[in-house]
Amino acid sequence: MTTTAGTEIAGTEIAGTEAAGAEAAETESQFDGILAEANRRWEALTAGDAPWVRVGTGLAGEAAGGFETLAAARAALDAQGVKANVSEVGTLGLCFAEPLLDVQTPGGPRVFYQNVTPEMAERIVAEHVGGGNPVAEYALGYLGEREAGPEGIAHLDDHPMRALETRIALRNAGHIDPSDIYQYIANGGYAALNKALTAMTQDDTLNEVRSSGLRGRGGAAFPAGVKWGFLAGNPDPDKYILCNCEEGDPGAFNDRGILESDPATVVEGITIAGYACRANRGYIFIRHGHNQPIDRTRAVIAQAYELGLLGENILGSGFSFDVEVALTGDSYVSGEETALMEAIEGKRSMPRFRPPFPAQVGVFGQPSNINNVKTLAYVPEIIARGGQWFADIGTPADRDNGINGSSGTAILCLSGAITYPGLVEVPLGMTLRQVLFDMAGGAPNGKRMKLLQTGGPLGGVLSASDENLDLVLDFDVFRMAGAILGSGGIIVADEDTCAVDLTRNLIAFCQYESCGKCFPCRMGMSHLLEILERISRLEGTEEDLTLMRSVGENMQAGSLCGHGQLGFNPVSSALRYFGDEFEAHIREKRHTGDCPEQVFSPRLTRR
Amino acid sequence: MDNATKKLITDAVGNQPQSTVTVLSSLLAVEDAIGYIPKEAVEAVAQRMAATVNDVWAVATFYPNFRFDPPTEHRIEVCWGPSCHVMGATGVIAAAQDALQLSDEGDTPDGKATLRYNTCLGACSHAPVMAIDHHLAGPVTPDSARARIAASLSAGGRH
Repeated sequence: MTTTAGTEIAGTEIAGTEAAGAEAAETESQFDGILAEANRRWEALTAGDAPWVRVGTGLAGEAAGGFETLAAARAALDAQGVKANVSEVGTLGLCFAEPLLDVQTPGGPRVFYQNVTPEMAERIVAEHVGGGNPVAEYALGYLGEREAGPEGIAHLDDHPMRALETRIALRNAGHIDPSDIYQYIANGGYAALNKALTAMTQDDTLNEVRSSGLRGRGGAAFPAGVKWGFLAGNPDPDKYILCNCEEGDPGAFNDRGILESDPATVVEGITIAGYACRANRGYIFIRHGHNQPIDRTRAVIAQAYELGLLGENILGSGFSFDVEVALTGDSYVSGEETALMEAIEGKRSMPRFRPPFPAQVGVFGQPSNINNVKTLAYVPEIIARGGQWFADIGTPADRDNGINGSSGTAILCLSGAITYPGLVEVPLGMTLRQVLFDMAGGAPNGKRMKLLQTGGPLGGVLSASDENLDLVLDFDVFRMAGAILGSGGIIVADEDTCAVDLTRNLIAFCQYESCGKCFPCRMGMSHLLEILERISRLEGTEEDLTLMRSVGENMQAGSLCGHGQLGFNPVSSALRYFGDEFEAHIREKRHTGDCPEQVFSPRLTRR
Repeated sequence: MDNATKKLITDAVGNQPQSTVTVLSSLLAVEDAIGYIPKEAVEAVAQRMAATVNDVWAVATFYPNFRFDPPTEHRIEVCWGPSCHVMGATGVIAAAQDALQLSDEGDTPDGKATLRYNTCLGACSHAPVMAIDHHLAGPVTPDSARARIAASLSAGGRH
């Protein structure tokens, strides 16, 4: 919540209001009143007489000390008697710069400060918030008119991590208070739902998503419009839209990043999906313990109910839709669509047999449709700007070569041995090299980038060869290269990392997270891990490679869900790109990187 | 079990704010309230959900976030997911074990702290990451992990 000297005020930004109003102006609707109030609050916040201080307190901000910085800024404002509005925001994506604190003085540019310690916050409050003089030596950049920039500070959009971005799902991330739905609305939010409900039929809405070419961002990249069509065609009156934020993939934090930075776009997206599919209930599914995404999503859901944007007869349209947050315990497999339904029902999250498919028999036995957070986050902009606008971003189809076209953007999480770790949104069609080198600065400390782990542990590894770095971001191009673009996590490893050791770590993860339902996966993962530990200790034999392949084939053939079916990917991809390192371990009894002295792989058998 | 704890359990199970109440949501509510799942809670959840005690145990034992005896004062979690692994989590885990005089995850002999491995704490850009009493920190080094653990142990009770 945004506070002014202890009292809550709500406000919002100016930048992207273009979509708002256009449709609503025709009919004096319920939405006009909400929008007017949102704009009034936003004006008060941005064009009032007090500066606005925003501090990043998402998960990355928290890890870097964002809450300490926030507390120090508040204490300094009080101690120095400086009046200002203070907001917590999510992530701007520039995680390397956290804790990020920014100051917008009335009418002035917005100046971002990086790696702000409590001591730095005190000085920024004194000199910039109170005195009006930006502290150039702490600044990362500014946003605002280029001619009017403060001296000695670069424009933030000139930073390589931002220069090549196209922001759709992340359009508000780091800019608005994620717990304040009015700030979302003042920035164009809910114009799309209002447009759908007042000017479009349910079929129009579905067709707009179809024409956008939007493909599911959870990993399988299935066309969202086609999937929605399965549910829309089911005449049952009690149908569910499920939003999957069970983001267990290590290295992927974009779903949580969206929910902790701009949950309202997902709530609006799931409501539009409900309208298009003639569904009546929605669940947003998050892992217990990830407090920022959970609390902020719950806050905007409650506000949406208060404003008549959820519940009975939304905006007077006659359409009714309910949304709530459902929590799961620690279980990677609960991100699998049928296991997710088991978890929502409160059971052990193990996958179900298919058929029946979720569009026929889903959660609580009712027809259901599961979408990833990112998929739903795009929906409001697709409806507001039209499907064709989204389809024009990304890569075209080339069906003769197995390329179906990937429209829109990729929301990538960069972590590991990379100069600028963070969250970026770039148009599909860019190359890995542009993202990893032009934007993120390559591996730090002059090291050679060696391998990439993409799409979660089951996605396996890619060598950072010239050929692979030239891969364009496209779901089918990645699939054909033997990797998964999937959820968008890219973990970078430099020359110090041993491919065998990382493979062992990935399989240890897969062993730990096997739900235990299918024995080829449950036992297979344990066997693979035993063999990889043996190889890591330089005790492996030639037969171990054959044995691993045999176990992998059984897992693929005998498992209900992707965890077992794709569970051999980490090993097969590592053998494909780094077979020589396995041979060095087995034949020459030699390590091929900084292998930890003690092999660490915790085990778990789910009971 | 004292009456105060029993009341916390009854309230947690009975006063869930969301409209979909399940065995899992009830167990998570108990965990949030008292930090563990005693057998009285299993019985309370079974009664509330019209489920058998067996059904509730089945769910509770599936998810490794639940523990079944009272929590220690401090919960120390270290991530070992691939981002953190690549950035040196193995050394951080060794340091945490050493600082807590443990050889694996679990409770310290004096019952003051618990070490837990975590497959992803969610702040991968700050790898390697640890969490002390649910507060994230990263990137950490073996030395800074040791210092953070020592500071939390000397700060006394949780929160």
